[in-house]
Amino acid sequence: MTLVTPTRQVPAAPKPPLGRRLARRAPWWIAVLLLAAVAVLWIYPFIWMVSASLKSSMEVFTAGLRIIPQAFAWDNYSRAWNDAGFSRYMVNTVIVTVATVAIVVVRCALCGYVLGRYRFPGSRVIIGILVATLFVPTGYTIIPVVKLSMELNLLNSLTGMVLALSGAANVSAILIYAGYFRQLPKELEEAAVVDGAGFFRVFFTIMLPLSMPVTATVALLTFLSTWNAFFLPLVFSFSSPQLRTLSVGMQAFVGENATDWSGMAAAGVVSILPIVVLFLFLQRFFVEGIAGAVKS
Amino acid sequence: MARVMTPDAPLATGRVLRSDGRKGPKVRQAVSRRQTLWIWLFLLPTVLLYGLYTLYPIVASYWYSLVEWNGFQADQRFVGIANYRAVVADPAFWSSVKITLVFMLLVAPARILLSLLLAMVLNSPRLPLRGFFRTVYFLPVVTTTAIVGVVMQFVFDPASGPVTSMLKLVGVDQGIDFLGDSGTALVTAAAVYVWKFFGITMIYWMAALQTVPNDVYEAARIDGAGAVKIFRHITLPLLMPFLLIITVLTVEDTFHAFDLMQTMTGGGPFFSTEIIEIYIYRWAFNASIPQLGFASAAAVLFGVIVMLVGVVQAWALYSGRKDRGTVR
Repeated sequence: MTLVTPTRQVPAAPKPPLGRRLARRAPWWIAVLLLAAVAVLWIYPFIWMVSASLKSSMEVFTAGLRIIPQAFAWDNYSRAWNDAGFSRYMVNTVIVTVATVAIVVVRCALCGYVLGRYRFPGSRVIIGILVATLFVPTGYTIIPVVKLSMELNLLNSLTGMVLALSGAANVSAILIYAGYFRQLPKELEEAAVVDGAGFFRVFFTIMLPLSMPVTATVALLTFLSTWNAFFLPLVFSFSSPQLRTLSVGMQAFVGENATDWSGMAAAGVVSILPIVVLFLFLQRFFVEGIAGAVKS
Repeated sequence: MARVMTPDAPLATGRVLRSDGRKGPKVRQAVSRRQTLWIWLFLLPTVLLYGLYTLYPIVASYWYSLVEWNGFQADQRFVGIANYRAVVADPAFWSSVKITLVFMLLVAPARILLSLLLAMVLNSPRLPLRGFFRTVYFLPVVTTTAIVGVVMQFVFDPASGPVTSMLKLVGVDQGIDFLGDSGTALVTAAAVYVWKFFGITMIYWMAALQTVPNDVYEAARIDGAGAVKIFRHITLPLLMPFLLIITVLTVEDTFHAFDLMQTMTGGGPFFSTEIIEIYIYRWAFNASIPQLGFASAAAVLFGVIVMLVGVVQAWALYSGRKDRGTVR
């Protein structure tokens, strides 16, 4: 959204003297200074983490507030990556996240498509159930999920973790898809049906490509929540440490090496960096996806 | 965490079919048997996954809450409402209910009001660097909560954490054990939680503010209204419906604090930050003999509490709408 400032709207008016203009801008610059000061505090925990990950194990304790380390101790990273098993955790997290995002996008697009575009016996019931379970917390479903996975022989496996993650709480994604497909004009599929395209072809060759913006948002938000998931991965990897994801591995790491602050910080940086980089590049989609909640 | 929804979208499912008005019933007829087959085929993955991992657990919890069941491999024995009796008689359960609600009351107003303030400042087109600030203030949202929780243990370390070093700088020599003292742990955790999820509410507000057309402000300014007047008479009334929705979303969000609490305090010290989800977790997964029936009963009661809070808010939303209707 581009907003036009009032001063720009009246170009014919003579420019006020420099002093007045500065005086008028002053409150904004004071606001900027304030915001900047708070912003530094805001990201300070991350700055501290990066700084600690590059200090020697001794320096972390004695450096106080000094941010720049005396000597860059890159071996913290190799210790976290190799010895503490974060390379393994990273692979697990990538596998789980990619698989979950793929399943969630496909199933939510399919479901949102038929719910948004067709009325059939039972459609209202399905929508009602989905909306009613919008806010179900993980703590509520966790015990039956574990029991069920155990019976399906999926408890100590990445497959089980992926299925549980992609089966839980993606109602919002279905609703976004339904809302999007609902407002597409009917002529689109009528033309295709005249050309002899079936249900399946209409969806895959016309509807799905049209929904790319929604798919990007859903994929990104699912990526975020899966990468950051903790409760389910924790429970699914209790008896198999080799299945830990990054978030679970971090807790295990401090449980075993409570005094290795720099190693902990390095592990934290490694775990958080991918999602932060993704955010910085695709910020627009993140923000639009979240803003969609209130725009309706 | 990030939850997106379009509450009224699906309720109008049928409308698109009849949007051209002329051939209403005919189009519905067009859902042939073959199409029905396709429709259910498309629904199949959701029905299966959602049914197995969300709906079935909700129903199964009720059954599990009625059995004695000590470990996932152990047998279940029907005991009626004995588990509920035990949960209700357990002061630790009520303490965790209280802590969950206190946490909600600490966190929700801070998130909603402070982020409105920031969103209004960031929404102003005359503010330099607004894109940069938005990125910075949103950044904690995308980071992994469980990892932030672990890092915070160190940030607040009373011996050599950075917070202690900062306090020394301003003259507080005695390190304060923010997370290790049962008096301060909950408030500290609430502060960290607000910091972590502040950005989501901020984005909600920014979206809400963008729905106010700029001409309205222009007109008010030309009429000579000051910033305070503009806020009171234009921004605030226009934001009221959003305030309710944002409150609902934010309050529901505060029930999902397990990741942060478990990694930052583990519910301690002395159970002072034990929210209900940690209470359930402790009895189901962290006890020497897991009490799964007991934990299920606690989970069902937790579900009831979440639902009650939701109902109260839905009622507020509804009556809020009705009130505005009569004012007009």
